[in-house]
Amino acid sequence: MNLLQSLIDACSLGAVYALAALGIGLTFSIMRLINFAHGELIMIGGYTLYMSASQPYLVMGLAALLVVTILALGMERVAFRPLRRASPATLLIASFAVSFLLQHVAMMIFGARPVAIDFLSPLSQSLEIGPLRVPWLQLLALGVTLMLLAALSSFFRWTAIGVQMRAAAEDFTMARLVGIPANRVIAAAFAISGTLASIVSVYMVAQTGGASYKMGVNMVLFAFVASVIGGMGSLAGAALGGFLVGVVSVLLQTYLPEGMRLYRDAFLFALFIAFLLWRPQGLLVKASDRERV
Amino acid sequence: MAEPWAIERERKIRSCLLLAALIVLAAVLAALGPPALQRTVTEAIINLVVVLGMFIFVGNSGVLSFGHIAFMAVAGYSSAIMTIPPAKKAVLLKLPPSLEALQLPVGAAALIAAALTGLFALVVGAPIMRLKGIALPMATFGVLMVVHVVTANWQEVTGGRQALVGLPVYVNLWVALGAVLVTLAVAAAYKGSRRGLLLQCARENEVAATASGIDPARERLLAFVISAVFVGLGGVLFAHFIGTVTANTFYLNITFTTLAMLVVGGMRSLTGAVVGVAVVSTVSEIFRTIEKGVSIGDLTLSAPPGLQEIALALMMLLILIFRPQGLVGDFELDWPKWGRRKSAPAEPATTDQRVHGS
Repeated sequence: MNLLQSLIDACSLGAVYALAALGIGLTFSIMRLINFAHGELIMIGGYTLYMSASQPYLVMGLAALLVVTILALGMERVAFRPLRRASPATLLIASFAVSFLLQHVAMMIFGARPVAIDFLSPLSQSLEIGPLRVPWLQLLALGVTLMLLAALSSFFRWTAIGVQMRAAAEDFTMARLVGIPANRVIAAAFAISGTLASIVSVYMVAQTGGASYKMGVNMVLFAFVASVIGGMGSLAGAALGGFLVGVVSVLLQTYLPEGMRLYRDAFLFALFIAFLLWRPQGLLVKASDRERV
Repeated sequence: MAEPWAIERERKIRSCLLLAALIVLAAVLAALGPPALQRTVTEAIINLVVVLGMFIFVGNSGVLSFGHIAFMAVAGYSSAIMTIPPAKKAVLLKLPPSLEALQLPVGAAALIAAALTGLFALVVGAPIMRLKGIALPMATFGVLMVVHVVTANWQEVTGGRQALVGLPVYVNLWVALGAVLVTLAVAAAYKGSRRGLLLQCARENEVAATASGIDPARERLLAFVISAVFVGLGGVLFAHFIGTVTANTFYLNITFTTLAMLVVGGMRSLTGAVVGVAVVSTVSEIFRTIEKGVSIGDLTLSAPPGLQEIALALMMLLILIFRPQGLVGDFELDWPKWGRRKSAPAEPATTDQRVHGS
């Protein structure tokens, strides 16, 4: 029974990591950008919920979605478009800078201390099935993630822009040569990535009941690890990696001896390094990513 | 007429001496100024030790490292444990008796701490330096995370989330100056050495270098270890300059600042590292002053906290967009060439090589 409980916890945590990892994986697959500032999109979502507090929950959620998506598009336009030809490492540093910038702008406006937000509080109650206790919020997170994964995969399969995005992810130069508009494809990637970030922020605010200017940092670190494990650039890989990181961190939490639990994240990152040594390219690799000389 | 390589070597030595002279000049000028200025310049010089240390690896290998600040943490904590008076350690930490009783002279502690850091880098680096592309920076990032989580939670040895206080504060302007001159000399010597050149070959083209018999992983590991020793030295200086160590000091913020210093100046030359530290420190100091409040007549203007970081991030973005090779690029400082005929050998051809990771 204990195992089943852990499994449920692992899946719902993994679902959130998967959403964040997908957000990072999307922009990486198309423009080789590991977007560290994805965490700040989540953070802005949190503060949008704070600003719109006292509105109906639905309005708050939609406001976060709208603001974060627009911000993601703006971020691409202002910071990353001029760097489109830069190397992944340069892009990573640039996104580091954007992240630092947005964090401190938020700190200037909202202060360094976390703010409390009353959002979706009824969902923190648990559903009890026999000995199992499942918070509604976890169930919702899992449900929403599965729905989004289904929606995204049909989007990539059956819409024109979705197919173009897949083509661009496979081989950006080739895709441009056959007439796929680069700006539109990249903008679409950022818009979807922003939408995913806003959903993560909705979950985090509902879970913790607050927002702070650093709330996105930890989430993005784990998402980062997840997307690398899955195979940078592979969307299915990012989702898979997210679930894996969730499962491993819940397993560590459950089975590490009492005194070692504080070091859970150290174990997680050490495992991550070991994984990189074993399979540096990640679990799922695109044909175009194999190194050629 | 001397051989081209001799001229080239002379030029390298000259540029290193010129940089050293500039740093000494800055320190002497600061020593004449008010104490606040001295502290600022000392801090900048300590940062320069760290950035030059990072340069040894990043500049020569072209591989970004997000993990070097972990070496500051390892060395800073090691030195702290070796120098805090035993009575204080008994209160703050739960060390094994032999470590608790240990109190070394600060110099010896600094050397041992730096050496331990080198050993740590050797153990960690041996497997991960074999990685290529974006996986390598990611792995260094993992190292930072592991070290951070451990130092932030190892109550018995590091004091966990509480600051470790009571370190002897012996680092002043002159100690920092001495350390930076040594670091500069080693960085310059390594850059011009055979092993340094081998690593630069691997940076320019890993496949061709491998085909010429260079083992990029081995060269990277050597640079990684030397680099860790000096970043560790920077960590020791930092710890004994402010007198406390906390896990959060050696984490993302300082990773960002030091990377900014490296990128702003240009991460492929020593001059770039020095220029980067100078520019970033100056800008930070200006905005820190503005944050504290500037009085103009009766009026005191003060900006909200965070302005300094915002300015830094903006500057870094602008440089990345408009001067991706940094302010100085591949340039190394030399005598101005006015009026002299161009008899010196041309600048080494610079391929438009991007930082590793593509």
